[in-house]
Amino acid sequence: MTQLWNFGGGVHPPENKSQSNNRPIRPAGLPAKLILPLQQHIGEPARCIVEPGQKVLKGEVIAQVGNGMGVPVHAPTSGTVERISLEPVPHPSGMSDTCVVLIPDGEERWCELIPQPEYRKLERDQVLALIRQGGIVGLGGAGFPTNIKLRPSVNRKVDTLILNGAECEPYITADDMTMREKADQVMAGLRIMAWLLRPARVVIGIEENKPEAIAALRQAAEGSKTEIAVIPTIYPSGGEKQLIQILTGQEVPSGGIPADIGVMCQNIGTAVAVADAILQGKPLISRVMTATGEALAEPGNFEVLVGTPTSHLLTCAGVDKQRMSRLVLGGPMMGYTLPNTDIPLIKTSNCVIAASASELPAPAPEQPCIRCGQCAEVCPMALLPQQLFWHAKATEFEKAEHLNLFDCIECGACSYVCPSSIPLVQYYRFAKGEIRLQRAEQQKSDRARVRFEARQQRLDREQQEKDQRRKDRALAAAKAQEQKKTDAQTSVQDGTISDERAGKSALVEQALARKKAKAAAAASAKRADPSTQSSEEAAPAETFAPENADKIPAVETAPSIEELEQQLTQAQAKLKKMQSMLEDARSGQAPNVDKLERAVDKNTERVRRAQQAIDDAQTTPQQA
Amino acid sequence: MWTSIIIAVAVLLGLAAVFGALLGFAAERFKVEGNPLVDQIDALLPQTQCGQCGFPGCRPYAEAINNGEAINKCPPGGEATINALADLLDVEPQPLDAEHGAAQAKRVAVIREDECIGCTKCIQACPVDAILGAAKHMHTVIESECTGCDLCVEPCPVDCIDMIVIEPDIRSWTWAPPVVKEVVPDGEPAAAGSRLIATDSQAETREASLL
Repeated sequence: MTQLWNFGGGVHPPENKSQSNNRPIRPAGLPAKLILPLQQHIGEPARCIVEPGQKVLKGEVIAQVGNGMGVPVHAPTSGTVERISLEPVPHPSGMSDTCVVLIPDGEERWCELIPQPEYRKLERDQVLALIRQGGIVGLGGAGFPTNIKLRPSVNRKVDTLILNGAECEPYITADDMTMREKADQVMAGLRIMAWLLRPARVVIGIEENKPEAIAALRQAAEGSKTEIAVIPTIYPSGGEKQLIQILTGQEVPSGGIPADIGVMCQNIGTAVAVADAILQGKPLISRVMTATGEALAEPGNFEVLVGTPTSHLLTCAGVDKQRMSRLVLGGPMMGYTLPNTDIPLIKTSNCVIAASASELPAPAPEQPCIRCGQCAEVCPMALLPQQLFWHAKATEFEKAEHLNLFDCIECGACSYVCPSSIPLVQYYRFAKGEIRLQRAEQQKSDRARVRFEARQQRLDREQQEKDQRRKDRALAAAKAQEQKKTDAQTSVQDGTISDERAGKSALVEQALARKKAKAAAAASAKRADPSTQSSEEAAPAETFAPENADKIPAVETAPSIEELEQQLTQAQAKLKKMQSMLEDARSGQAPNVDKLERAVDKNTERVRRAQQAIDDAQTTPQQA
Repeated sequence: MWTSIIIAVAVLLGLAAVFGALLGFAAERFKVEGNPLVDQIDALLPQTQCGQCGFPGCRPYAEAINNGEAINKCPPGGEATINALADLLDVEPQPLDAEHGAAQAKRVAVIREDECIGCTKCIQACPVDAILGAAKHMHTVIESECTGCDLCVEPCPVDCIDMIVIEPDIRSWTWAPPVVKEVVPDGEPAAAGSRLIATDSQAETREASLL
């Protein structure tokens, strides 16, 4: 006999399980279309790898995932992809998400399956990869990818593996019927998980209100070391943290996970899915779901393909649409109302309740809290629901967080007992959402601050660099100036400057003389042989010394004397201007005196040359 | 008698010297660099860096608040920021100063990429470097980094930047607060909040349904 512990609190809502657990699991069959959301679990959505119009086989991967947290999505039957579009998905918001819509062809042709009955010969990582490739997520509700859960970090050894068959929520019998009918598969899946984790202890926890399931599992577990622990019926004993407390007496630390205390909890349905994926190679394309409620003529459990519209399941169970006043997905304690029957059922959907008006009536109006304290008595997490409610209502989220709001498992026990019918869980969900939103915003604003400051730093740095460059340039220029000045002074002292300048003008004179000679030669050649055009010779002569342009035309085209005179007057005017500027600069002791001096010299030279050109021009025609 | 007075004075002087030394040491040892209040104020501001307050960014506004500037000049932060600042500085919260704009829904800049001429003007305007692009090449906004500050809209010469209100999607959705319905003493309760969980119904009616 397994030793059991207690968790504080809990409630005994009417079970309502007998409606659905008297019939065997029936296949729900093929619906007219299947709607497959790309995200059916916590983590990142899968990436669609099919196109509209594409034919797919049963079990074929239609959406793959990267390296992040997620599992692929498989085609639940063979058929044609109709479209990839935004469709309403099962979510409390009632919003839409990307889905693949598949039209079954009715042939149910499987793709090639690779069973691994000898999985013990494989590496553990290979088996985990197969589980991931099988698209398996936790079928208990949250849908955490199973391969990630089955790979606890190295420093957290799992001592106790718990298979959760408590199924404490009213109405739901999917796990109960699975254990009765698929006990061998449950045990096979459990063995695979135990082989992966190598725990010291393996326990299956089942509530005492499922005698057939207990008997079936006892028989299947005959001869193995697996403990079958029969636990008292109380809601929410099937909550992961509660079941761990019942079976081990240990509490999962606040904000932690069961692996922190060396425990892991897996769902019955997950074990079956793991067994199917490894031993038969079949991916997770269907699951057992409960269809129940007073509006159904034949409530029971169905093997439902993932993506089946709710309406199809309801038709299978003989729905009376007139009687149905409310459609709830999940249990009556933690489920949410579905806005319509087109919404598909996914991997994490375990129950659909088509309730009549008297079965799940509209919630009564909220009345003031009378501080009776019943909520605190039933809270399985030993929180202070009343206090949390005050703070959530007053939007004092920080205080609510101080009272461990995030340890709330949203089981609904407090709302169930509240005599003022306050929707307590909704307040907590609202507060949690707001806090998460604020945290996300805080994170974003922190990142914006970092980016803003980085940019500011960059701009400052660039400005500094610019200033530095400018300063450097100014310094270099000043230095060059200084150098020139000293050079000029020394050269004046040495008398080299006049030499230099004289040398330069001598060079220019030489160049001019060469040019003149060349032009003359060309002219004589032209005269000697008029048939040959000497443009080749004339052209380089033209480009020879362009700075002496005022001189060349006189030779080349022999410009009129008027033109030359004009140039002379221009040059004279410029010289005058320069001289006046030089005088100004001298009187004002400006730093550019020597520059101006040089300019004046240059202009004087130019005037002289222009004068000479005129003289030449006047003499040339006489010679000609 | 004199000796006792001298002893008392000596003891007090001794104590004064000891504590004085201790305080002096602590003042040196635990000296706070910079002004921590500015950091605290800055942490409360939304960091959109939009400049709607009249200061070039959130940090300068935080410094100005520290020097006595009004706390109600931040439209992106809205009432929540004003209340938080009032809490921190222990002053009365004031309504948002309408002169600096009204509180708006969260937005993100989106460049109509086929109209972008690649002038880089928006890149230079973005306070958080959230626009990517190069001269004469199309620019685009890194949405996750955009603070929705509007500063890129004005410099765009071809007006190809839109500010789009961020609609909640299925991944950012959160539960709304429960609607408190009027209690009608005798008569039908108001229409059911369709998103309430099934347990959020009155205890008596649930009892009745068991039978």
